[in-house]
Amino acid sequence: MTILLESLQNTRRWSALMLAVLGLGSLWIWLSAVSPAALNAKETESPKEGFRAPNFTLENQAGELVTLSDLRGQVVMINLWASWCLPCREEMPAIDQVYRRRAADGFVVLAVNSTVQDSEEAAVTFAESLGLTFPTLFDRDGTVSRSYQLLALPTSFFVDRRGIIREVVTGGNLSESLIESKIEALLAERGS
Amino acid sequence: MFPVINLGPVAVQAPGLILLISVWLAITLVERRAKQAGDTRETLSGLVFTALISGLIGARLWYAIRFLDVYLADPIGLVAFNTSAFDLTGGLLFGLAAGFIYTVRKNLPLRPTLDRLTPGAALVAVGLGLAHLAGGDAYGAPTTVPWGIFLWEATRHPAQLYEMGLAGLVLAAVWKLAPANPFPGFLFLAFIALTAAARLFLEAFRGDSVIVAGSIRQPQLAALLVLLAALWMMRQWAPRPV
Repeated sequence: MTILLESLQNTRRWSALMLAVLGLGSLWIWLSAVSPAALNAKETESPKEGFRAPNFTLENQAGELVTLSDLRGQVVMINLWASWCLPCREEMPAIDQVYRRRAADGFVVLAVNSTVQDSEEAAVTFAESLGLTFPTLFDRDGTVSRSYQLLALPTSFFVDRRGIIREVVTGGNLSESLIESKIEALLAERGS
Repeated sequence: MFPVINLGPVAVQAPGLILLISVWLAITLVERRAKQAGDTRETLSGLVFTALISGLIGARLWYAIRFLDVYLADPIGLVAFNTSAFDLTGGLLFGLAAGFIYTVRKNLPLRPTLDRLTPGAALVAVGLGLAHLAGGDAYGAPTTVPWGIFLWEATRHPAQLYEMGLAGLVLAAVWKLAPANPFPGFLFLAFIALTAAARLFLEAFRGDSVIVAGSIRQPQLAALLVLLAALWMMRQWAPRPV
């Protein structure tokens, strides 16, 4: 400690130390430089911010097949839910309101019912009772729940126009303002 | 990785819980050390709570200001219970400002107060590493080292474990330096310098770095600046030779 105090009181010695730190630090930054492509996150499919959203094809309540990658160029909110889950039920009206307002801007909602732990009939009855205007998809064998590493219901993934997950919100009761705030910047971005 | 702990019907987000426990342990540690030093521990706890509560309010307000039109149209969303509507910058600014005002109003000496809070901050840094591990955040770059962990579809450096390990070493250093603190403010600046040095080193193993100027990891630039600033402040705060 005495040596440290002496060094601090010696301007030349402390300046030399700071210069050494600057030099070594700069060298380390240069040595650890990396191209964004080398980190490669955007090319990998994973249910995490910064990665490509895992692709899937599921049937909706009209019996049509919906494929996530076909929606490239639009902002997609993937909402994993079940009809018995109270927070899932409570946030649906807010999601629907935002969808009605912003669909024309390129906002898509895919409400993926975790049918593997729910009943298709209960899901349809609930969606119809609220008059939801976005499609409900059925994850009958749990493939999407597994590929999105679903641990809690509801969980929402906000996917940008390039198919990259930009935000994951675990837990429910999303308000209209929260959803709007998550998609505003994404809708303003140009797709590629 | 264990991002969510399901307690019956309630899904608790593990990273947040770990951070809360870390802060609670840090406050307990700071209080205990202050008591041993014969200090007014209630004042220190008051400072920490004031900064934390103000930080939380500031983080939500800052977030709402960023999306003003949205929140003016749906003001009830301002008080919605959801942790994803917080802004870190706003939280830090409000927390620091409130802490500073509290320090001035209670006539707390700034540098010794920062020193007393430092072991707690070092403990929270360890908790932050654990929170990152729990949430799979701050993940490492792809690697072939035998101790790599499989995360987000690749074998990666266990950057969160590196982070915890170095934060633990910084905590040990702070613990060791505290009794022999050579001048007020040194312990705090030493913690800042060591933490910045750790970040400068560890960022090289991260897989989620923000890249600037083509290939430079932006957090490393920030860490080097903070490290140099801490060393410069150390020189300014050190007693002049007589």
